[in-house]
Amino acid sequence: MNVALAKTGSGRAVSDLFASAEGRLPGSPAVIAVRREAFETYEHLGLPHRRIEEWKYTDLRALVGEVLPLAASPDAAALKRAAEAVKAHAIEGARKLVLVDGVFAADLSDVKALGAEVSLKTLRETLEKDAGLLKTASTDAVISLNAAMATDGVVLSIADGAHLSAPIQIIHVATAASVSAFTRSQVAVGKGVRATVVESFVAAGAKAYQVNDAVVLSVGDNADVAHIRLLDDSPDAVNITSQFVTVGANTKLNFFNMTTGAAVSRLQGLITLAGEGSELSINGVNLLKKTEHGDTTLVVDHAVPNCVSREIFRAVIDDRAHSVFQGRIIVRPDAQKTDGKMMTRALLLSDEAEADNKPELEIFADDVSCGHGATAGALDDSLLFYLKARGLPEKQAQALLIQAFVGEAIEQIADDGLREYVIGIAERWLEQRQ
Amino acid sequence: MALLEVKDLKVRVEEREILHGLTLTVNEGEVHAIMGPNGSGKSTLSHVIAGKPGYEVTDGQILFKGEDLLEMAPEERAAKGVFLAFQYPVEIPGVATMNFLRTALNAQRKARGESEYSTPDFLKKVREVSKSLNIPQDMLKRGVNVGFSGGEKKRNEVLQMALFEPSLCILDEMDSGLDIDALRIAADGVNALRSPKRAMVVITHYQRLLNYIVPDFVHVMSKGRVVKSGGKQLALELEESGYAQFEDAA
Repeated sequence: MNVALAKTGSGRAVSDLFASAEGRLPGSPAVIAVRREAFETYEHLGLPHRRIEEWKYTDLRALVGEVLPLAASPDAAALKRAAEAVKAHAIEGARKLVLVDGVFAADLSDVKALGAEVSLKTLRETLEKDAGLLKTASTDAVISLNAAMATDGVVLSIADGAHLSAPIQIIHVATAASVSAFTRSQVAVGKGVRATVVESFVAAGAKAYQVNDAVVLSVGDNADVAHIRLLDDSPDAVNITSQFVTVGANTKLNFFNMTTGAAVSRLQGLITLAGEGSELSINGVNLLKKTEHGDTTLVVDHAVPNCVSREIFRAVIDDRAHSVFQGRIIVRPDAQKTDGKMMTRALLLSDEAEADNKPELEIFADDVSCGHGATAGALDDSLLFYLKARGLPEKQAQALLIQAFVGEAIEQIADDGLREYVIGIAERWLEQRQ
Repeated sequence: MALLEVKDLKVRVEEREILHGLTLTVNEGEVHAIMGPNGSGKSTLSHVIAGKPGYEVTDGQILFKGEDLLEMAPEERAAKGVFLAFQYPVEIPGVATMNFLRTALNAQRKARGESEYSTPDFLKKVREVSKSLNIPQDMLKRGVNVGFSGGEKKRNEVLQMALFEPSLCILDEMDSGLDIDALRIAADGVNALRSPKRAMVVITHYQRLLNYIVPDFVHVMSKGRVVKSGGKQLALELEESGYAQFEDAA
């Protein structure tokens, strides 16, 4: 296996990636055939690079180079290390569902506490029957690779009318270095549901690993759902996540993403408003330092009339880090009375920091209100001096202003406890700068 | 030892000399007024004492309690007891006034090796001071100076002065943008802080402010120098005769 990996970038090496993993990939023979087809799609496309428009600012061939071999299933020692990491990152009161190196870990999960309104299967189980979950609305190279290689994931279904008292927290733990984990999860939220789903990506001492995750989320009518994603991978890890979200009618969906880890990360999402009268709030904060590269690429598709979408993104970029925000709002011909707004701001803390903001509106209806704004700049010297003149050292003055800067996105989180939790993450990131 | 000694200070901004050898001595308990026309260098002096970047000191020195102030970062100066009340206090959206006050006070105390205030003690202190300055509690919950009127901004400066208990207060054009009632409230706040241990330097264009904050000494600045010093009656003379005579003298 190692010999093949030495042939970086060559077609031969990627073929070995699948061949060496095939025997361990779950699924019926029919499913394996679907996987092989997906892998051929990936192999044909290769890792995305800058000449592909959607990946212009995140050239995976340059940034990542090669896909690492599939992680082994975690052994007892790995699960023990994972348990420590889960303890450190668990949100109080949350029902935890833990994936270790891409494999569901029942012993670390609160399966029974989910209650009768939530049904849980693993991806592994469902693939024994059919390959449905490996098919998605769009298939770029990384999604195809995910379909080919996904070892596990959680398949959740929340029953109509359920009001969940505690958040569900899906925790991805990496325990092994220099390997890849491929996961794919599905969350189907029924009508009238009130629920919070948190996803956390953490490392248990592992370094230089790669995560390729896919999430398919559907939210039924009249629901009120919060979806929070916290990326705190090892600073030398790679995390590429693809999300496919469909929102029903008269529903509120509040999404928040926070990136404080990974050398290279990309969150690419396609959110479709498929039912009228819904409100979508999508927000995020990327805190990047050293040579980290953090990409948020979102498409909000207003497929029906009378929906509201709001996007507030903030990036804080230190050292030689690089932030990318690509946001597209599509308003389909029938989607009259659409109200879509997108605002992204980047704060550059060093001369070598870089921000690329690319907002796009594609409007095919004629009675809509859509807007976007993008800014990039440094901290205001007059504000810094005022704070220093009041006794705050430089870094502390910066920290206060940075907290205010990201605060506008964080305050979109409705739940007090989760909002405070996220503020705490930002505070710890800022403390490390001091 | 004098509290503040400015000796033959020469300051440039972008190649242009603004202060051409300014000397000023302020002792504990004294209130000094610095008057002068626009462009005479009054605000430059206040900025250099507070440590604002962008000014190049080419000659002279500033001693504060015998220490070289120019060697200190702005935050060190604040912790040592220098306070500049800004002519135009900045608005800081997203930073709650209360959080800002506590962070600043504790940063100063930490720098001096003192214990940080506990939350209840801090709240008690803020409540006392803000009440005496007629500052409503909801103002403290808002972002620093965000949406404050001119008078509220100046009262917020006085509130900080009262909380931080500096030994030198520099009031830069405190009267600008204030109507007479707002000015009186702010001035009353300042007067309440006069003490034998605390000195004040009141920078103003107009004599009006000095009716409310009565100085012990008045200095007239023109073209980057102190051209005349005297008692409080000097301010009244200026009101009569204007600055023109000094522009010639300088």
